[in-house]
Amino acid sequence: MFQLVRNPIDVRKITDEIQKPEDGAVVVFEGVVRNNAMGKAVRFLEYDAYEPMALKKLEEIGSLARREFEIRDMAIVHRLGHMDIGECSTVIVVASAHRGPAFDACRFAIDKIKEIVPIWKREFYEDGEVWIEGTH
Amino acid sequence: MSLRILFFASLADIAGTRETFVDAAGFTTVRSVFEKFAKDFPKLGNHRTGILFAVNSEFAGPESPIQDGDEIAFFPPVSGG
Repeated sequence: MFQLVRNPIDVRKITDEIQKPEDGAVVVFEGVVRNNAMGKAVRFLEYDAYEPMALKKLEEIGSLARREFEIRDMAIVHRLGHMDIGECSTVIVVASAHRGPAFDACRFAIDKIKEIVPIWKREFYEDGEVWIEGTH
Repeated sequence: MSLRILFFASLADIAGTRETFVDAAGFTTVRSVFEKFAKDFPKLGNHRTGILFAVNSEFAGPESPIQDGDEIAFFPPVSGG
């Protein structure tokens, strides 16, 4: 399951859909909106995307992960638009027979998202706003 | 026919739009299209973090050939997750 959504992400619903009786491990990563960045207080975020390409790249990450790691399935959901502090912007769920590949594939997926998926974050501060470009 | 041009994030702010169309005549590579817009919007040309290109939703280099009807996107390094 690879999706771009505009409403709050229901993590439980995704894990319920992904998990099968043959799985021994389900690893869940949640990227959440932090109230500070580079020493500045962040009020909220907005995410923008080149949607068709972003979706294609999320699917590509899923295929790469399944080829590289012994996992059974992966879901990635990224939210777009306005998000408040503490809200979840990204969810990755990996299901596999054993924990090792599930952890590895999850780490691989979030790193890859930050490298090749055309999504951008805009941070809003008390005194202005900045498009974040690249990862720190 | 024409080329569909897309700008995202800070580049959309610089160009003042997310989408525009140009006549494909005279453009052969991604670079040639970019140079036209860098002339229109000098800030694009000296963008601080560098600019990435995509043709029809796939990353492309500056020398990638383009064809009538292509969708060409210009955007800064990504920051999702």
